Amino acid sequence: MAILVIAEHDNAVLKAATLNTVTAAARLGGDIHVLVAGAGIGAVSQAASRVAGVAKVLAVDAPQYEAQTPENVAELVRTLASGYSHILSPATSAGKNLTPRVAALLDVAQVSDIVGIEAPDTFVRPIYAGNALATVKSADAVKVLTVRTTAFEPAGEGGSAAIEPANAGPDLGLVRLLGREVIKSARPELGAAKVIVSGGRGLGSGENYGKVLEPLADKLGAALGASRAAVDAGFVPNDYQVGQTGKIVAPQLYIAVGISGQIQHLAGMKDSKVIVAINKDPDAPIFQVADYGLVADLFAAVPELVAALG
Amino acid sequence: MKILVPVKRVVDPNVKVRVKADGSGVDLVNVKMSMNPFDEIAVEEAVRLKEAGTATEVIVVSAGLGAVQETLRTALAMGADRAILVETDVELQPLAVAKLLKAIAEKEKPALVIAGKQAIDDDANQTGQVLAALLGWPQATFISKLVPGADEITVTREIDGGLETLAVKLPAVVTVDLRLNEPRFATLPNIMKAKKKPLETVKPADLGVDVTPRLTTLKVVEPPKRSAGIVVADVAQLVDKLKNVAKVI
Repeated sequence: MAILVIAEHDNAVLKAATLNTVTAAARLGGDIHVLVAGAGIGAVSQAASRVAGVAKVLAVDAPQYEAQTPENVAELVRTLASGYSHILSPATSAGKNLTPRVAALLDVAQVSDIVGIEAPDTFVRPIYAGNALATVKSADAVKVLTVRTTAFEPAGEGGSAAIEPANAGPDLGLVRLLGREVIKSARPELGAAKVIVSGGRGLGSGENYGKVLEPLADKLGAALGASRAAVDAGFVPNDYQVGQTGKIVAPQLYIAVGISGQIQHLAGMKDSKVIVAINKDPDAPIFQVADYGLVADLFAAVPELVAALG
Repeated sequence: MKILVPVKRVVDPNVKVRVKADGSGVDLVNVKMSMNPFDEIAVEEAVRLKEAGTATEVIVVSAGLGAVQETLRTALAMGADRAILVETDVELQPLAVAKLLKAIAEKEKPALVIAGKQAIDDDANQTGQVLAALLGWPQATFISKLVPGADEITVTREIDGGLETLAVKLPAVVTVDLRLNEPRFATLPNIMKAKKKPLETVKPADLGVDVTPRLTTLKVVEPPKRSAGIVVADVAQLVDKLKNVAKVI
């Protein structure tokens, strides 16, 4: 049977998280179909058709999918679901919003945030903020999964899948999108960045956060992140948050500045390749996971680091 | 409007759980339990809507063993009006919980369900969305702002890269994110008063819901440990290590 991957996109660009999801789908065995539902999605469908391993792109182009509200999209997926053994999407904000709704309409139990595939019906997923890994077996006919993107490599290019238009479902008219404020940033996306500079309560204020961390992020071409404490304190917006209830990241280099390292934060970044911690408290738990710890006043150490990077 | 708030009793967020040696799960014996932090935010929002005169009644619901009553009493002490406990010793998974909540919503007919976005034990992030789908209602997940209206609510959602504002027809299900509000602590007089508030107990069978788990947990293990590295003396040594040993810059 075939496998359906729900593409994440903004009607213009195929989001990188889709590529990791395709890799997870490839481990299951079966033709991979990618659903692109949106409005004016020609370029996204083209991009999806070029992803290695994809056999077919189902393109559903209709105004009721422009905002990609989960009510309309889940109903569409329900009508397309027969014939698929698995339905996958990335465990991003958008995927977490949509996919449980799909599972419910099919009366199946979604397996959230998988990090491993043991068999086509058996998956590994973190629980308790990643302090335990559960292996779960699904008894449902269709397996609905969300995929932790950091646990699977992105699929490459080189595919040449057929793009097949599919019929749109109804506009349920339950929700109206009034506006989106997406912060335009020249920095890489947090979920896909190779280097992340992340700040915590130790920075003291939003002003300090910008003043101290932005030059370092600029120097390293890094994305900016934060601990929940820094978000709660109002230093930065919520979508900077790395951790159990924020984003899960695994960059090549993660620099934690003024972050004490609560388990909820560690849950979001402990799979990073190299972790650097800069904190003045030598007993901060962040040092227990850091490859390189620097016990120092961040207000002196970070500018010094920026200077040293030349 | 009537508001329904599901709450879950979970391991306290400050507890570091330990995996049982036989791999059957995590050790919950003598571990401090609390209301799921996101559910506290949900209760707080409902109570504020009541205080503002928008909500007429706030009903809290939980499911599980009798000990869950404690969590419901906490919600009553925060200001909810009455509580429903769905008592069962079956391991409850999100789909089953959503079906129980659907049955209660059909009976109570709330205009709004306010739920936490995720429970910090199973980290599934599903129940609100599943409930909305089962009821055929709209959903707004991860909200940081809620403005009530007559037939619809206006909500701000946390999305990747920013915020989104939606007009959502009632009845609806919303799930709350961190920045929505700062939950209050229950005061001692309110804890005393909460003991007298009504708490109704029902069984899944009374609601006509089959709660049999669909997922079987085969094993639970500890994740691979990350070993601590080294403490560097100064910035110069840090840069040297990153350049020449880790080779990441």
